[in-house]
Amino acid sequence: MIEIKNLHAKVDGKDILKGVDLTIRPGEVHAIMGPNGAGKSTLSYVLAGRDGYEVTDGSVTYYGKDLLAMEPEERAAEGVFLAFQYPVEIPGVANTTFLKTAINATRKHRGEKELDAMQFLKLLREKTKALGMSDEMLKRAVNVGFSGGEKKRNETLQMAVLEPKFAILDETDSGLDIDALKIVAEGVNALRSPERSMLVITHYQRLLDYIVPDYVHVLAAGRVVKSGGKDLALELEKNGYRDFGVDEAA
Amino acid sequence: MAAQPETIDQVRAVTEQKYKYGFTTDIESDVAPKGLNEDIVRFISAKKNEPEWLLEWRLRAYRVWLTMEEPEWAAVQFPPIDYQDAHYYAAPKQKVRPKSLDEVDPELLATYAKLGIPLREQEILAGVEGSENKSPAIAVDAVFDSVSVATTFKAKLEEMGIIFCAISEAVQKHPDLVKKYLGSVVPYTDNYYATLNCAVFTDGSFVYIPKGVRCPMELSTYFRINQANTGQFERTLIIADEGSYVSYLEGCTAPQRDENQLHAAVVELVALDNATIKYSTVQNWYPGNAEGVGGIYNFVTKRGACRGKNSKISWTQVETGSAITWKYPSCILQGDNSVGEFYSVAITNNRQQADTGTKMIHIGKNTRSTIVSKGISAGKAQQTYRGLVKILPKAEGARNHTQCDSLLIGDQCGAHTVPYIESRNRSARIEHEATTAKISDDQLFYCRQRGISEEDAVSLIVNGFCKEVLKELPMEFAVEAQKLVGISLEGSVG
Repeated sequence: MIEIKNLHAKVDGKDILKGVDLTIRPGEVHAIMGPNGAGKSTLSYVLAGRDGYEVTDGSVTYYGKDLLAMEPEERAAEGVFLAFQYPVEIPGVANTTFLKTAINATRKHRGEKELDAMQFLKLLREKTKALGMSDEMLKRAVNVGFSGGEKKRNETLQMAVLEPKFAILDETDSGLDIDALKIVAEGVNALRSPERSMLVITHYQRLLDYIVPDYVHVLAAGRVVKSGGKDLALELEKNGYRDFGVDEAA
Repeated sequence: MAAQPETIDQVRAVTEQKYKYGFTTDIESDVAPKGLNEDIVRFISAKKNEPEWLLEWRLRAYRVWLTMEEPEWAAVQFPPIDYQDAHYYAAPKQKVRPKSLDEVDPELLATYAKLGIPLREQEILAGVEGSENKSPAIAVDAVFDSVSVATTFKAKLEEMGIIFCAISEAVQKHPDLVKKYLGSVVPYTDNYYATLNCAVFTDGSFVYIPKGVRCPMELSTYFRINQANTGQFERTLIIADEGSYVSYLEGCTAPQRDENQLHAAVVELVALDNATIKYSTVQNWYPGNAEGVGGIYNFVTKRGACRGKNSKISWTQVETGSAITWKYPSCILQGDNSVGEFYSVAITNNRQQADTGTKMIHIGKNTRSTIVSKGISAGKAQQTYRGLVKILPKAEGARNHTQCDSLLIGDQCGAHTVPYIESRNRSARIEHEATTAKISDDQLFYCRQRGISEEDAVSLIVNGFCKEVLKELPMEFAVEAQKLVGISLEGSVG
């Protein structure tokens, strides 16, 4: 279980999160919606532990542990996964090499035996096949020359391989056309399980047609201002964020 | 992307990593008195029981050296070297030269074992005779201070007519070959450090590959500086006769000491018609500590002559050590259609300085050269790529492609690129590409979010950056080099 309590955070000296409360149980999929500048991406970076995102108050308890005290790589090893809005390119490093390094680093942290080349390739083939991805993508350098859709699929593949307990999907729909969106959503849905929680961050309701959440929260001006079921998303789609004091047309 | 102050602090904390090969071996050495004069030159020559012509050659070099001045054009800084304050000869004390490995001092063998060199002949042989064993064997010539300790695999190579031995042994056993080629690529008047080497060189490797022979294994020399205040002046000469092929690897380490030690080596390569020489170096000399105290001055002259038509010389270097590196492995492309290649990874961290690059001299028709240089600078290190591409009037159809990439880690290091291009033939095609990049915080965070520690992330990113060069290394050493890249940059994040 992940409990976020009264979370306050600063970026470049500016208060962005101003008291976020959120509880996510195993297996649940929560969506965070909100206008631009509400603090959605800041929340994802704070949870993943990015440098420069300073927590000024509040706590995040992750399966009984203090998440905020951990280094980013420890959080990852404990099962926190962030699917990036803008996946980063790493020239010269093959996707396979990157994934193998990542999975063995997490396994080592958990006290599990590292996978050898054969075991890893077997695992990778299974996951790639399940996501309908090509082997060719694995040989290419991480995200280099990938289309928007390929990058997001690659994030999904990494998630499938690393098998997180808590996945944060930051604006996974951005930059995707409807066909690419469907493919990525299918991949994500295949990874839903009773043990795995997800936090889906999005500006538009569209993504939630394909990844149907259990709960929807509205984040505005650094706080969760409304929570509800999946219907809340539809309501937002109709009325915009006006009801929360935000006029996006302005 | 600007570096986060925290990451820079972390760099500082970790960059002072321990030099893994900083142990010394307790062996009584036979050392010449400190200082340099004609008597020392004669002493060395006498110790080696050299013929008169070689002594004369050394003395000519010494006299020329006296008239020369240290080069100052390289972008490196160091206090003046007192050439009288060093020993020019140090040999592990032994009554007679060992006839087989069993007679070699066990302390020495233990040292090499610590360095991870597969020296024990029987072990290597065991690995070879099993026909299902795919990994090619490596023949090792180990140079400990100034003396070649043991050459493995000699008998097997001899069957094919390949000569692989200490150069002092070659002087005794193959004087005609040595006399014909020694100094033919790097003359004794060449430059300050090379000329000094001619006067006082003590040992090194000699390789001769006969006509049409493809050397079946990697040949390797492992240099190690043990004695304090010793200069190491090894001399390597490799001759690939018509239609032959050889791949040679040189690896270097030195113990950790507060004083600076001079290493002024000369390597000469000669490739005749249709011959290929591949020369790879993994240089991991002690770089000094984080404040820049101690470390090796690596002032080396390496040059290959593609004398025959269709010949090829390929230099691959991974330079991670030394306080100062001054080194330009070069190719003289004399034979028509000959090919020169230079693949380089140079890593400088803390206070290390490197001024390194290559020279490609196109003389023959349709000669081609490729230069790929990857420089990585971290800490307060300064690094310069310095390269010359020269096309002479008769080099009809000559081509060169140069690619120089620099990667900066942190905000206190520097990378400089100084390409010189001289073309005197209108048909020549010369291309030069250069890039400079930094490891971004985005890349580091992305890796860490996937569970990869900061250090491993740097290693991964840098290895990706160097991939084009590392893939040129012989398989057995590629893995070692990859690890070395990681170790040399431990914690240097920005």
